[in-house]
Amino acid sequence: MPVALRRVQIAFCCLAMVFLIGPTLVIIPISFSSANFLSYPLPGFSLQWYEKILQPQPWMSALLNSLIIGVGATLVSTVLGTLAALGMSRGRLPARSMILAVVISPMIVPVVISGVGMYFFFARLGLVASFLGLVLAHAVLAVPFVLITVTATLKNFDMNLVRAAASLGASPFHAFRTVTLPLIAPGVISGALFAFVFSFDEVVVALFISGPGQRTLPRQMFDGLRDNIDPSILAMSTLLVIISIVLMGGGALAQKRAAANRSIANL
Amino acid sequence: MARAMTSDVLLRPRAGAADGQQGRVSALATGFRADRRRQTIVSLVLIGPLVAFIVFAFVLPLGTMLFHAINNPEVRNALPMTLASLEGWDGADTPPEAAFEALAADIRAAADPKVLAEAGRRLNYEITGFRSLLAKTVRTVRKALVEPARAQLLAIDGNWDKPAYWRVIQRNGAPLTAFYLLSAVDLRPGENGGVQMAPPEERLFLSTLMRTLTISALVTVICLFVAYPVANAIVAIGGRFSAIMLACVLLPFWTSLLVRTSAWIVILQKEGVVNRLLQALNITDAPLELVFNRTGLYIAMVHILLPFMVLPLVSVMKGISPSYVKASASLGAGPVTTFLRVYLPLTLPGVGAGCLLTFIISAGYYVTPTLVGGASDQMLSYFVAFYANTTINWGMSAALGVLLLACILALYGIVGRIVGIGRIVGME
Repeated sequence: MPVALRRVQIAFCCLAMVFLIGPTLVIIPISFSSANFLSYPLPGFSLQWYEKILQPQPWMSALLNSLIIGVGATLVSTVLGTLAALGMSRGRLPARSMILAVVISPMIVPVVISGVGMYFFFARLGLVASFLGLVLAHAVLAVPFVLITVTATLKNFDMNLVRAAASLGASPFHAFRTVTLPLIAPGVISGALFAFVFSFDEVVVALFISGPGQRTLPRQMFDGLRDNIDPSILAMSTLLVIISIVLMGGGALAQKRAAANRSIANL
Repeated sequence: MARAMTSDVLLRPRAGAADGQQGRVSALATGFRADRRRQTIVSLVLIGPLVAFIVFAFVLPLGTMLFHAINNPEVRNALPMTLASLEGWDGADTPPEAAFEALAADIRAAADPKVLAEAGRRLNYEITGFRSLLAKTVRTVRKALVEPARAQLLAIDGNWDKPAYWRVIQRNGAPLTAFYLLSAVDLRPGENGGVQMAPPEERLFLSTLMRTLTISALVTVICLFVAYPVANAIVAIGGRFSAIMLACVLLPFWTSLLVRTSAWIVILQKEGVVNRLLQALNITDAPLELVFNRTGLYIAMVHILLPFMVLPLVSVMKGISPSYVKASASLGAGPVTTFLRVYLPLTLPGVGAGCLLTFIISAGYYVTPTLVGGASDQMLSYFVAFYANTTINWGMSAALGVLLLACILALYGIVGRIVGIGRIVGME
């Protein structure tokens, strides 16, 4: 490629970088503002908005609700998704493409439609405005992410290792616990991370089926943005950005370990 | 195998040995088959819980929603006697005396007035004003029934004399209705069983569908033009630059959607950073309207969907050997020809996957358009939620959901034929 063109491309990429992460960075200083308006120049420094979000109502209780639902949904989707990924990777499955279509369908259907359906259906079962309802809803929407991530990991997994374990007298469960699971753990962990991030950020289904008792963090932010936006939302956003950087680092670490495991398995 | 056995059988002296071999082979085959069956059973047992869970928490809810698009219980529940009395009525003239009697009887027989209110709401979808007409009638008739019923009803409201009102009641005696689905594409059930366009002032959803598709298409195209050079740079330049660039693409991916949406609201507002910057640079005199309109919607949606375009492109571009481009250049092709004839065609699978993903996600998007768009920028998903939550018209909400779902499944069908669904979601 001509050098001039490459320079143009690099300049374009730098602009794109500003576009991608600039907005997130710009709002961080405003969260330390001493005023309650949302623009520069900042009149002074203050931690008042952080004090505000550390109050139990509404922010900390919303955070707690989100954590409870996120952990619940992650557990359900990781266990079911990993088991199914193991099943699907064993080959020789009747109606494989139909099963595949069913298990990834929650990812294909727009969340608004899933949300409305769950609202109609869960209302009959008394699951609307309950923690259980939200956990199940988030788990079913997050499960394709787990399935896809774990399946990708299993593709590089050598089934001969399990056969070797069995020939040495290990029971299937023992072989799974001591051979398979440690090797696919990075995939399972990144799948679980995906599931948690999905639930932690999900607002559409929460709008439909959460009651006042299960008000999640995204829902609190959504209502705040729609009604009256003040810097406490930006303070919460700043905390969430820090959390997402940590999670992204965790994801990268898991992938690195997966690569390391691959090279061990290939020895 | 078969031929070997025949020859064995022909050689009499070795018949016994052949029998033994045959026995061993069939035992092996049986064992092999049994093992395979066992493997399949184990697979199904592992997948079973997930399939059961998805059926319960996803397929059944989706089915319930689809059912609500055609479910029509209100009038049947509220006015059974009226419907019976209208059987055989030709719909041309004022209905028989018995129909008025039956309507009054239904109103007085209703144990729960809510059932009548629901029927009124349902009938109101077809004739505006039916709800208040029925409510008024219910109030008066339940207080005191005056014989004959016909005279009393006509005294309450002269509209009861019009066959059109009775025809709507008669039509909605059916347990299932196409009304909502027709309304979702701006059609109405016409007289004599046909369909007709809705009156112009009530046409709402075809233009919403067009708007949804237009916005999604434009967002997809913008994303493609921004993502292509970026993805190419990530793959081609390498080193620290690529790592930083990739992190910039991934960070928004992991950052909360609401954080990014609130950031854009703050930045694009009248007093926001962008307007301050434009004024400081003397590009504009007065602050521009950048948010709560189409401009803000495009900016925020491109930002949110860009990673979904960049990542499939990067994964395809990584697999393209640089030798192809070099070979093309060594054969005398200029950079433009090389790009158009060699590089671009090789990246098309990534372009297809990225565009499909971006288009589908934006077509079903709810949060960002609701918060960043204006009243005239709302897409189908907004109305799905609006009818479910605000006006409690579940049938309409479900029918619009069906319309949106049909568009998206059609797209998946088309692209899935070409590339395969498993490949799009990264399972194969």
